[in-house]
Amino acid sequence: MIHALANPTRFLKLARPLTPVLFWAGVALALFGAWGGLTQTPGDYLQKESVRILYIHVPAAWLGMGGWTGVAGASLGYLIWRHPLAHIAARAIAPAGAVFAALCLITGAIWGRPTWGTWWEWDGRLTSMLLLFFVYIAYIALARADADRGGDGRVPALFGVAGSVLLPIVRYSVVWWNTLHQGQSIGLTSSSIDSSMLWPLFFTIGGFTLLFAGVVLMRMRAMLAIQRVEARMRRMAAQ
Amino acid sequence: MKPKHQRLVLGLLALGAVAGAAGLALSALQDQAAFFYAPGDVAGKPLPLGKAVRLGGMVEAGSLVHKPDGISMAFVVTDGKAKVPVAFRGVAPDLFKEGSGVVAEGKFNRDGSFTADNLLAKHDERYMPPQVAGKMHKTETLDK
Repeated sequence: MIHALANPTRFLKLARPLTPVLFWAGVALALFGAWGGLTQTPGDYLQKESVRILYIHVPAAWLGMGGWTGVAGASLGYLIWRHPLAHIAARAIAPAGAVFAALCLITGAIWGRPTWGTWWEWDGRLTSMLLLFFVYIAYIALARADADRGGDGRVPALFGVAGSVLLPIVRYSVVWWNTLHQGQSIGLTSSSIDSSMLWPLFFTIGGFTLLFAGVVLMRMRAMLAIQRVEARMRRMAAQ
Repeated sequence: MKPKHQRLVLGLLALGAVAGAAGLALSALQDQAAFFYAPGDVAGKPLPLGKAVRLGGMVEAGSLVHKPDGISMAFVVTDGKAKVPVAFRGVAPDLFKEGSGVVAEGKFNRDGSFTADNLLAKHDERYMPPQVAGKMHKTETLDK
């Protein structure tokens, strides 16, 4: 399946109709979830209305970390199988992931001010998430520099794989160290968020994820198109 | 072995090496990366005197006393293992209350008490509407 998709022509044939479906389904789900989270759920017993920023903060954190999982996975695929599409996928995912990591940090700061009494503290969770954001920025700069110099993308791919050590650190920072940030609310099978407040979260998480996938496909198609234009220009210049 | 498999093995080895290095660095960090001292961390040990530190735990129920000047307060921070009396002068965050989590920034005094110049409220990972919270009897929120 993956190998079949590694062919850019076959990939484009599938990506072209899929892009608008993912994008608009994502927008619709996210808007529905936001409506539910803003108007249909009760406020928290302790935090009152400020708890509603959860419906943006949690999907942003999920995609900030999920984005890097994608960058690392695609980078590993590129290093091992040398699929050019894997390299393009990693480069396409990085800016989208960086945006969501930034959104996670920003909404977290806005949430922290009324609940904890501070915009920012250097605790384990906040610091490791900020590091992940910097790692995204570094990857984007490195991949761009590598492409500008005509590199084959191996150096950014190595960086993409190495950066994945941050993911378990972000995830378990609240377990390993005592932190200002509270522990994990949602596990695989249980949740410490009351069900009356939980359901819009699934819609915003699903919606943002589809939107993310749509944006990544858009970027991959654009990057493939640029590659084709450049190849044609080179052929024309050679004639 | 095909080059592809060679690269696969190399890649996995490299990943393992990086993860191992990160693990070593993290275990060396240990307590250095902790955001605050819990009362149990300092009990029976030499106090980190003279430097700015954070003390975190639960505000013991019934221990909060507001002083007549309207801005000073005293309370006891506990983690279930030990207790530290804290004095604070200033504005506390809205979520600061008895039986709830707090992180106090300030200094330890020679007698084992703590003088805070800033308070942060810490909450746990449970979210629920007020009706549900009211129905639940007082479950212990200690040490979370």
